[in-house]
Amino acid sequence: MTPTGYFLDHLWLIPLFPLATAALMLFFGKRLPNIGVSVLCVGSVGLSFLYALGAVFQLLAAQPEHRVAQQILFEWLTPGPMQMTGGHLIPFVADWGYLLDPLSCVMVLVVTGVGFLIHVYSIGYMGHEGGYYRFFGYMNLFMFAMLTLVLANNMLLMFVGWEGVGLCSYLLIGFYFLKKSASDAGKKAFIVNRIGDAGFILGILLTAVTLGTVRFTSQGLPDAGASGILQALKSSVDAHSIAFGAPVLTAIALLLFIGAMGKSAQIPLYVWLPDAMEGPTPVSALIHAATMVTAGVYMVARMNAIYQLAPLALDVVAVIGAITAIFAASMALVQNDIKKVLAYSTISQLGYMFLALGVGAFAAGIFHLMTHAFFKALLFLGAGSVIHAMSGEQDIRKMGGLWERIPITARTFGVATLAIAGIFPFAGFFSKDEILGQAFDRFFMLWVVGFITAGLTAFYMFRLFFLTFIGYCRADEHVEKHIHESPWAMVLPLMILAGFSVIGGWIGWPEVFGGENRFERFLDPVLIGVMPETGAVKIAHHAFGKEILLMLASLAIVGAGFWLAYEFYCSKRIAPELVAGRRPALYRLLLHKYYVDEIYDAAVVERTKDLGTLLGRFDANVIDGVGVNGAGWLARFISKLSMWWDKWIIDGLLNFGAKLMQLFSYPVRLLQTGMFSSYAMFILVGLVVLLAYYGHHVQATLRSVR
Amino acid sequence: MLPIGHYLFLSLALFIIGVIGVVTRRNVIVVLMSIELILNAVNINLVAFSRLYGDVAGQVFALFIIADAAAEAAVGLGIIIAFFRNRETVLADEMDLLKW
Repeated sequence: MTPTGYFLDHLWLIPLFPLATAALMLFFGKRLPNIGVSVLCVGSVGLSFLYALGAVFQLLAAQPEHRVAQQILFEWLTPGPMQMTGGHLIPFVADWGYLLDPLSCVMVLVVTGVGFLIHVYSIGYMGHEGGYYRFFGYMNLFMFAMLTLVLANNMLLMFVGWEGVGLCSYLLIGFYFLKKSASDAGKKAFIVNRIGDAGFILGILLTAVTLGTVRFTSQGLPDAGASGILQALKSSVDAHSIAFGAPVLTAIALLLFIGAMGKSAQIPLYVWLPDAMEGPTPVSALIHAATMVTAGVYMVARMNAIYQLAPLALDVVAVIGAITAIFAASMALVQNDIKKVLAYSTISQLGYMFLALGVGAFAAGIFHLMTHAFFKALLFLGAGSVIHAMSGEQDIRKMGGLWERIPITARTFGVATLAIAGIFPFAGFFSKDEILGQAFDRFFMLWVVGFITAGLTAFYMFRLFFLTFIGYCRADEHVEKHIHESPWAMVLPLMILAGFSVIGGWIGWPEVFGGENRFERFLDPVLIGVMPETGAVKIAHHAFGKEILLMLASLAIVGAGFWLAYEFYCSKRIAPELVAGRRPALYRLLLHKYYVDEIYDAAVVERTKDLGTLLGRFDANVIDGVGVNGAGWLARFISKLSMWWDKWIIDGLLNFGAKLMQLFSYPVRLLQTGMFSSYAMFILVGLVVLLAYYGHHVQATLRSVR
Repeated sequence: MLPIGHYLFLSLALFIIGVIGVVTRRNVIVVLMSIELILNAVNINLVAFSRLYGDVAGQVFALFIIADAAAEAAVGLGIIIAFFRNRETVLADEMDLLKW
C-alpha cells in the first residue's frame, strides 16, 4: 500500500516555507529589524526541516518496495505534440510535482537539517554585516531552489531547481559585490556552470525524445497509465528496442554527466569552486560544500537506471571522479588559505562520490554525500569561526596556537578532521571505505587512486589542523589580543554537526562489523535499476578477510598521512621548506594549481575575447561600415537627388509662376499705397468717371422723376 | 418753404468739404469727422427730397443713417484707440500695414 499521511500530503509546503520568507525578505526585508529577519528566515527553514522529518517518518511506515510518495500539484507544461526518435508523435507533458522516495529522503533531510544549522550559525556570523536581510533572502531562496531540485518528480522541474541554486550561488558568492574579486568569482561560477547546464539540458531533451517522458517514475501516482522514465526504460528493454549499452543511453548518460561535472566541480569544470570561497563562509558551507555541489551526485544517482544500462558512461564517471579526487587533493597540499584548502578538499571528496557512482556503488556515493555534508559543513563553519576569531585573517601561516583560545571551535574542528581523514569510528571512515571496497572490486587502479587520495586527504587536513590550532600564535599583536570564542549561535551548530560527524556514519555500519548496512538497504529500492542481472549494482559480499585487510590498508595510509603532517608541522622534525626546495618545479606546479586557471585563460577565455574582438571588428567594419553606414549613405544620396528635384523642378515651376505673376502685377501694385486717403481719392475719381459716362442717364432719370 | 436748390447747395457744400477732408487730412480722427459731414450731407438731401415729395421714407432713411453714423463713430474710434495703443500714432500715412 502506498504511504499516506499529513506530512506526505503537504510535501509542497517544504519548499514553500523558505520561498515565502525569501520573497518577504527581498521585497520588504529592508524595513524589518535584524531580529525579525532572523526569526522568520531561520524559522522557515526549521519548519521545512520539521515537515521533511515528518514526511520521512510517514514514508518509513510503508513497506520498503512501496516507499514512494508522489504528488502532482498541477500540469506545468501542458501536453503538446513531440516527435520521438522513432518519428511518431506523442503528447509531451511536464508537471510540477514532488517525489519522496528513499533517495530524496536522504537529500531532503541533509538539505533542511544541515541548512537549518547553517542558518542558525549565520545569525552569529553575519550579525555585524550590512545587507543582513539580503543575505538571508538569498539563503532562503537557495533553500527553495535546492528543495525543488531534490524533491522534483521530473527532470525539467529538477532543472528549474538546478538553475535556481546556480543563481543563488552566483548571488551569494558575489554577496560582497563591491569587492571586484568577489563579483568576478560569482561570474566565473555562473559561466562555468552554464557549460555544464548546456550538457544537462541536452541530456533532458534526448531523454524526452528517446523515452517520451521526463518524469522519473510513475510509481506512487493514482493514474495507472502515467508515464515514467523507469517504466518506459523497462518496457523498451523488455521489447528489445533498447539494449544494454545502447549508444543513445550512453549519450544521455554522458550529457547528463557534463551537467553534473559543472555543478559538482569535476575536472575539467572544477575551476569555479575554489574562487567561490569569496562568498561569506556560511555560504561556502551550505552551498559550496554540503548541498549544492552534491546536486550532480544526486542527479546521477537519480538517473541510475540509465547509467546502469550504459557501462561506458559509468566508466567515464568513475575515471573522471578518481582523477578529480587525486588531482584536487594534491592541490590542497600546499594551499595557505584556510578556505581554499577546504575548497580543494571538497572537490576531491566529490571526486570520491563520482568514483563510487562510476563503479556502480550508488548507495555508497550517496552515503558519502551525506557524511561529507556533515563534516565538510562543520569544517567550513569551524573555519568561519576561526576567521571570526582572527578578525578576518584567512592565511593559516598567520594562525597557530588557537587550541586553548577558541576551545569549542578547535575541538569540533578536530572531530571533523578525524571524520574526513577516515579514522574509525568517525563518519567518513564508513563511507570512504565503502567506496574504496567497491572500487577495489571493480577495477584495481581506481582503488589505488582512491587509496593514495585517502593518504593525501589525511595529510592536508592534519596540516591544516596543526597549522591553525597547534604551536604558537603567528598573528599580529592586535589581532592576537582580539581572539575570542564565537557566540552561542555559532558554537551550537558546530557542536551538533560534530555529533553527526561522529555518529552519522553508523547508520551504514558495514556487515563485516556485524551491522547490516541499513543505509544501503534503505536506498536499494531506488537503485535497483531495470535489469538487475546485468546492472552495475552488485551488492558485493566480500570475503571477511579481504574487507578487513582493505580497511586496515586505508587506515594505514591515513596514519601515514597523519604522521607526515605531524613531523612537518607539529614536531617540526622535518622542515617542509626543505622538501619543497628539493623539488622546486613540483612545488611550484602544485602551488599554482597546475596552472589550470592560466591554461583556461589562455586557451578559452582569451580566445573567447579574441573572438569577441573579431566579432566587434566585424560589427564595426562590416555591419556598421557597410550595412549601416552604407545604407545611410545611400539614403542620403537618394534624398539629395530628391531634394535637387524638389528644389529645381517642383519649386522651380512654382517660383516661375509666382515670378510671372509678380511681373504682371507690377503696374497694379503701384496703385496700392496703403493710405486710405489715396483710396478715397480713387473712389472719388471713379465716381466722377462713372457719373460723367452715365451722366445723361442720370439726367434722364431726374427729368422723369420730375 | 425754400426751393429745393438751396438744400441741395448746402448738401453739396457739406459733401465736398467732407470729401476734401477725407482725401487730404492725415489725422484719422479728422477723417472720421469728415465722414460724418458726408453722411450729414446725404441726410440733408434725403430729408429735403422727402419734404419735396411728401414721402416719409426719406426721413426714415435719414434716421437709419444717423444711427449708423453713431455706430460707425463708436467702432471707428475704438479701432483708432486700439491702433494708437499699438503704434502710438493716429496719422493715416503711417497706417500702411495692409500695403503689399
